Amino acid sequence: MEIYKADVIIVGGGGAGLRAAIAVAEANPALKIALVSKVYPMRSHTVAAEGGSAGVKKASDSLDYHFNDTVHGGDWLCEQDVVEYFVARCTEELTQLEHWGCPWSRTEDGHVNVRAFGGMKIERTWFAADKTGFHMLHTLFQTSIKYPSIKRFDEHFCVDLIVEDNRIAGVVAIEIASGEFTLVEGRAAVIATGGAGRVFRENTNGGVVTGDGMALAYRHGVPLRDMEFVQYHPTCMPGTGLLFTEACRGEGGFLLNKDGYRYLQDYGLGPAEPTPRNKAMELGPRDRLSQAFWYEQQKGRTIEGPHGSVVHLDLRHLGEEKLRERLPQIYELAEQFLGVDPALAPIPVRPAVHYTMGGILVDGRCASPLAGLYAAGECSSVGIHGANRLGSNSLSELLVFGRVAGEEAARFASSVAPAAPASVLAQAQAVEQRVLGIRQNTRGNERIATLRKEMAQTMEDGCGIYRLAETMQKTCDKLDELKERFKNVRVEDKSSVWNTDWLLAIELEYQLDVAQAMAYSAINRRESRGAHQRLDGFEQRDDVNFLKHTQAHYVAGGAPRIDYGPVKITKSQPGTRAYGAAGEKAEQERKASHG
Amino acid sequence: MAEQPKTIEIEVLRYHPEKDKTPHTQVFEVPFTDDMSVLQGVQYIKDYLDGSLSFRWSCRMAICGSCGMMINGIPSLSCQTFLRDYYPARVRVEALAHFPIERDLVIGMEGFIEKLESIQPYIIPKEPRTPAQGEYLQTPEQLAKYEQFSSCINCLLCYAACPQFGLNPGFIGPAATALLHRYNVDSRDGAQAERMELINSEEGVFNCTAVGYCSEVCPKHVDPANAVNQNKTNSAADYFLRFLSPKGGAK
Repeated sequence: MEIYKADVIIVGGGGAGLRAAIAVAEANPALKIALVSKVYPMRSHTVAAEGGSAGVKKASDSLDYHFNDTVHGGDWLCEQDVVEYFVARCTEELTQLEHWGCPWSRTEDGHVNVRAFGGMKIERTWFAADKTGFHMLHTLFQTSIKYPSIKRFDEHFCVDLIVEDNRIAGVVAIEIASGEFTLVEGRAAVIATGGAGRVFRENTNGGVVTGDGMALAYRHGVPLRDMEFVQYHPTCMPGTGLLFTEACRGEGGFLLNKDGYRYLQDYGLGPAEPTPRNKAMELGPRDRLSQAFWYEQQKGRTIEGPHGSVVHLDLRHLGEEKLRERLPQIYELAEQFLGVDPALAPIPVRPAVHYTMGGILVDGRCASPLAGLYAAGECSSVGIHGANRLGSNSLSELLVFGRVAGEEAARFASSVAPAAPASVLAQAQAVEQRVLGIRQNTRGNERIATLRKEMAQTMEDGCGIYRLAETMQKTCDKLDELKERFKNVRVEDKSSVWNTDWLLAIELEYQLDVAQAMAYSAINRRESRGAHQRLDGFEQRDDVNFLKHTQAHYVAGGAPRIDYGPVKITKSQPGTRAYGAAGEKAEQERKASHG
Repeated sequence: MAEQPKTIEIEVLRYHPEKDKTPHTQVFEVPFTDDMSVLQGVQYIKDYLDGSLSFRWSCRMAICGSCGMMINGIPSLSCQTFLRDYYPARVRVEALAHFPIERDLVIGMEGFIEKLESIQPYIIPKEPRTPAQGEYLQTPEQLAKYEQFSSCINCLLCYAACPQFGLNPGFIGPAATALLHRYNVDSRDGAQAERMELINSEEGVFNCTAVGYCSEVCPKHVDPANAVNQNKTNSAADYFLRFLSPKGGAK
C-alpha cells in the first residue's frame, strides 16, 4: 500500500473542499495538504449550480434581512448564532472570489450585479450568468494551482477514515486508474463530499452525489443531523430531473397550470402581479412552491406528459435577448434536451430532489464530535439551512464554511502529534481487505443497478414532498431489505484498472446508509416543518415537541438510533412563515409590536 | 396489439489494459426512446448488460465536462448527443481521439492537467487589493473580452479535434490557450508578459495550422481557435516589439 504523509487531508474537491484547501495553504504554508477527490475537481457537482450566491450588496439590504430570510425560510430550525456568523461573512468571501477572477455579472458602471431569488427580501444573489457554480468552481480550482502545498489526489476514491485514539489519523483511498490503495495520513481531515440527492429517483444531481463523506463519518459514530429535510426544487426537467434555475423566476418567469393560470396565488403567495415582487408568487421559497405543485396535481390542474405531471415555466415575455444574456444555459438546455425554444413556448417542469439540508453534525466552526474531523458544504450540517434552504445560500456556504473548516483543521493539525504509524497502517490494511472483499464477493447475484433503482424508488415513495407514516414505514422496511440484499451484491468486474463497477457498489452501500438515516429521521419527526410535510395527523409545526434537531446515529447491522439536540435561538423567536401580501402584513405587525 | 419496444445498436470500442493487446469493438442492443442521450444508452449497457464497461460521467447537463467521447467519429459530449439523431442506424462510441486510452472510453487526462497548471490559470493582480477594499470595477465590456474564454469546461473535445495535437502531444492546444488568453485579457490581471513566454515557445500557438475544427466541436462556444489566433498576432507583435523595447512588448 502506498503511504502519503500529509498534515491536513481534505476529502472532496468541490467548492467547499477547494476553499478549505486554499484556507489551509494561506493559514500555514508549511502544512502539507492532501486534497483527495474521486473526480478531477472541476467535475465536482458545484459545477452544476446555476442561479447564484447570496451576500448583502445593496444599500437597501442588511445583514438582518439576510438573517431573517434565512431563519424564516428554514422554518426556525437554524442555528441562529451560526446564521449570524454566516451572513456577516458572505460578502467578504464573494469579494475574495472576485479578486481571484470569478466572472461575476456586472452593472453598467462595473460593480458586481445582484439578482432576485426565492424567499429573499432584497436582491442579494451574486451571479455569473446562469453558470455561477461552474465559474466559482473553476475559479477556485484554478486558483488552488497557485499553492504548492496542496497535493492533489485526483480520481482517488475515499473508502474509509482511520481513527486512532479517538481522533482522526488518516483516510484510505483507491487510485481509480490502478485500483491500488493509498493510505493518506494526517492529523486533521475536512470532509467536503457534497450531498446525497442521488438516493432519490428524480433529482437534479450529478452521478457523483452519493453521500460518501456523510456515510464515512456516520459509520465512525458521528451523527447525521436533520437528514429528513430534503429539498425538492420546484422547476426541473421531467424524466431527467435536470435543473432550471430559480433565477428563471428571479428574472420574471411565471409558473402556470394547465389553464395558463398562475396557481401560486391560491397558496398564500399572492397577489399575482405582472412583475416579480420579492418573497411573493414565483419568488416564494422552494418548499412552498413544490408543495403547491403537489396540490395542483391532486386537483387535476397539471399537464400530463410522458414523464409524469408537469406545469409550465413561462419565460416568453422576457424575450430572447434577455434570456440569452441572463439565462444562456437554461436556453440551451430547453432547446437541446426538450426541443423547446423558451422565447416561443413555455418549458414543462416538475419538482425534483435537489439538496440535502442535513448532514454531518458539526459545530459553528465546522468541528464534528470526532476530534480532528471537520466538515463543510452540503455534506455537513453546520446549522444555516434549518428545515428548508434558501436559494443562493449554499454557494456562499461553501466559501464561508470551507474557509472556516480549513482554518480550524490547520489549527488543530498544528496542535497535535501524529498517531502511531504502525497501528494506523494495520487499520488501513484491514480496510483494504474489507473493500477488496466487496469486489471479490461471489455469494450472490444481486445487480447493483437493481438495488439502486429500488432504493431510489422507495425514497421517492416514502420521503417525497408529502409524507405519511405508512409509506415512510414501507420505505424503512424496504431499505432494511436492500441492506440485507446488498450482502449478495455481485460486482461483475473483478479487475483493477478503472473498475467503476466496484466503485458503484461501494457508493451504493454509502447511499443505503444515508437513505436509512433520512427515512428513520423522517418517520420519527411527528410534525410538519419546511421540507418535511406530513398528511397523517401531523400537518402543523409543533414547536413544543419538535423545535429540535434530529440526530441519527449509526448502528451496525440495524436501524439508526434517533435522538434530538437543541436548536440555538438568539434573536428570532419562531413565528409564522408568511409570504406574498400576508408576509408583508405579518412583517408590518412584527415591526409595530417592537415599537 | 402493443407496439414492439424499439431498440438501437451501440457499438463500443473496448480496451482493458489488463486483458487486451489492442482495442476491439463490441455491439450492444439497447432499448430506445427518442429522448435518450447517448450517455443514457451507455449507462444502460453498464447497468443491465455489462457492468465492466468503464466511462466517465456526472452532471448529465453539459457542464461538468466528464463525458466526452467520439460519437460516430465526432468529438461530442455524450450527455447532449441524442440517440434519436442516429436511429435506427447503429451508433459507434469510442474514447476521445489523440489521448491514451486508460480503459474503454476513459482517456488519460494528466497531459492536459499539466498544461493547465503551466499557464498560471489564476489572476496575478495588476494592483493587489484586499477584500476590505471591495471589488475591482470591471465593466460589462471588459467582462465581455474574456467571458467566452472563461466558459471552457475542460471537456477536451477540442484536443480530440485538433490534428496538430494528434501529431504533437506537447502542443499546448486549444483549451489551455483559450484559458491562458482568458487571464491575459482580464482587466484585473497583470501577468500577460509571463504567460507570453509559453505562447511564444516551441509548444505554443505556432503549432496551430488554423484548421478551426476545435471551435466547431466546442460545446460551450468558447471558440478556442479565435484565442489561438489572437495570440498568434500577440505573439508576432511581441516578437518584433522586443527589438524595440527593453522589457518586451507584451504590455
